[in-house]
Amino acid sequence: MNGHLFALACAVIALLFMFELLRRRRLREKYAVLWMVVAVVVLVSVVFPQLLEQVSSLVGITVPINLVFFSGLLVLLVVCVQLSAEISTLEHESQTLAEESALLRNRVERLERATGAAPGPPPVADPDVSGRSTG
Amino acid sequence: MSSPQGRRVLVVLPAWNEAESLPAVLAEIRTHLPGVSVLVVNDGSSDGTSAVARGSDVEVLDLPFNLGVGGAMRAGFRYALAEGFDAVVQVDADGQHDPRDVPLLVEGLDRSDVVIGARFAERGEYEVRGPRRWAMKVLAGVLSRLARTRLTDTTSGFRAAGPRAIRLFAVHYPAEYLGDTIESLVIAVRSGLTVEQVGVEMRARQAGRPSQRPFKAAIYLLRACLALGISLTRRRQILVPTEVTA
Repeated sequence: MNGHLFALACAVIALLFMFELLRRRRLREKYAVLWMVVAVVVLVSVVFPQLLEQVSSLVGITVPINLVFFSGLLVLLVVCVQLSAEISTLEHESQTLAEESALLRNRVERLERATGAAPGPPPVADPDVSGRSTG
Repeated sequence: MSSPQGRRVLVVLPAWNEAESLPAVLAEIRTHLPGVSVLVVNDGSSDGTSAVARGSDVEVLDLPFNLGVGGAMRAGFRYALAEGFDAVVQVDADGQHDPRDVPLLVEGLDRSDVVIGARFAERGEYEVRGPRRWAMKVLAGVLSRLARTRLTDTTSGFRAAGPRAIRLFAVHYPAEYLGDTIESLVIAVRSGLTVEQVGVEMRARQAGRPSQRPFKAAIYLLRACLALGISLTRRRQILVPTEVTA
C-alpha cells in the first residue's frame, strides 16, 4: 500500500470521526477544534508533500519528517495542558458545589429543627473518593 | 460568645476523620468558652465524625467529599458571613490548639484583621527540627516583610479572622495544599488587611500522628516555597465594594 494513501485515509477517517462525535454531542466543540485542525494539516501535507519540505527548510529543519514529529509532540503537549486547565476549573466548580450543598443541608436541618419537622436521612459521605491530605 | 467588645464569635473546626479526638475538643470548648457558637466542618470523613459532631449539639457542615482544610474553612467563612458573625476562630479538631487561647486571639482582632496563634512566640514548648524548621523560618521571614509585622509561625492553623477578613475569605480562600495557611496570608496582606500574631501553646495531638518524616519534610519545604512563590506573583485581590460594605 502506498504510504501517501495510508496517511490520506487516516486523516479523512480522523476528520469524519471528529465530525461524528460533534454531531452526536459526545464532544464539545472546544476540544474537537484542535483535532480537526490537526487532521486538516495532515490532509494538506499529504496532498501537497512539497509544502512540508518548504516549511521545513523555512524553519531550518533538514529532514522534513522531524518537523512532523516535532509538531506532533507539540500538539500533544498543548492538548495535555488544555485538559489540565479544564480539570482545574472542574475541581474548582465541584468545590464550590460541595460547599454550597453542605451549607444548604445545614440550613434545611436548622429549619427542620425550628419547625419540628421530621429530620431527613443522614448525610452520606462518598466512600469512593480517597481523601486529599487535610494537613 | 459575646466577648467584652460584643463580638459574635464562631469557632470553626475543620475535621477530617477526627471522630476519636473530636468529643474531647468539643467538651473542652464547652468548658472554657461557654456560650460560644461552634461549627464543625466535616470534610468528607468516613469514620463517623459527622455523627459525633451531631451528637454534641453544635452546628455541622457536611462536605460530600474531602476538600482539604482550605475548602472546609471557606465553607466555614461562608457560613459565618451568612449568619452574621464578626469573628471566626479556626481550631484544629485534633486537640493541638488550646481553646483557652481563643479569647486571646479574638482580643487581637481589635488591632488586626487576622490574628495568628503562633507556636514559637514567647511561650510554649513546641519543637520542630530539620528542613521543616528551615522552611518555616524562610516563610516567616518573607511573610513578615510582606505584612510589615513580626510573624514567626506562618503555617499555624490556629487563627482568628475579623469581619473584613471573613468577607474576603468567604470568596477568596485558597483550597490548595498549604494554601490555607501561607497563601491565605498573602491574599489578606495584598488586599490591605492587617495581620499580627500572638503567642500560644501547642500540645501534642490527642489522636493520630504528626507528619514529620525527613522525606515528607523536604517535600513540604518545596511545596511551601512553590505555594509562596506563586501566590506572590499573582495579581492582588481587590475587595470589591460589595464585599467590603455588605
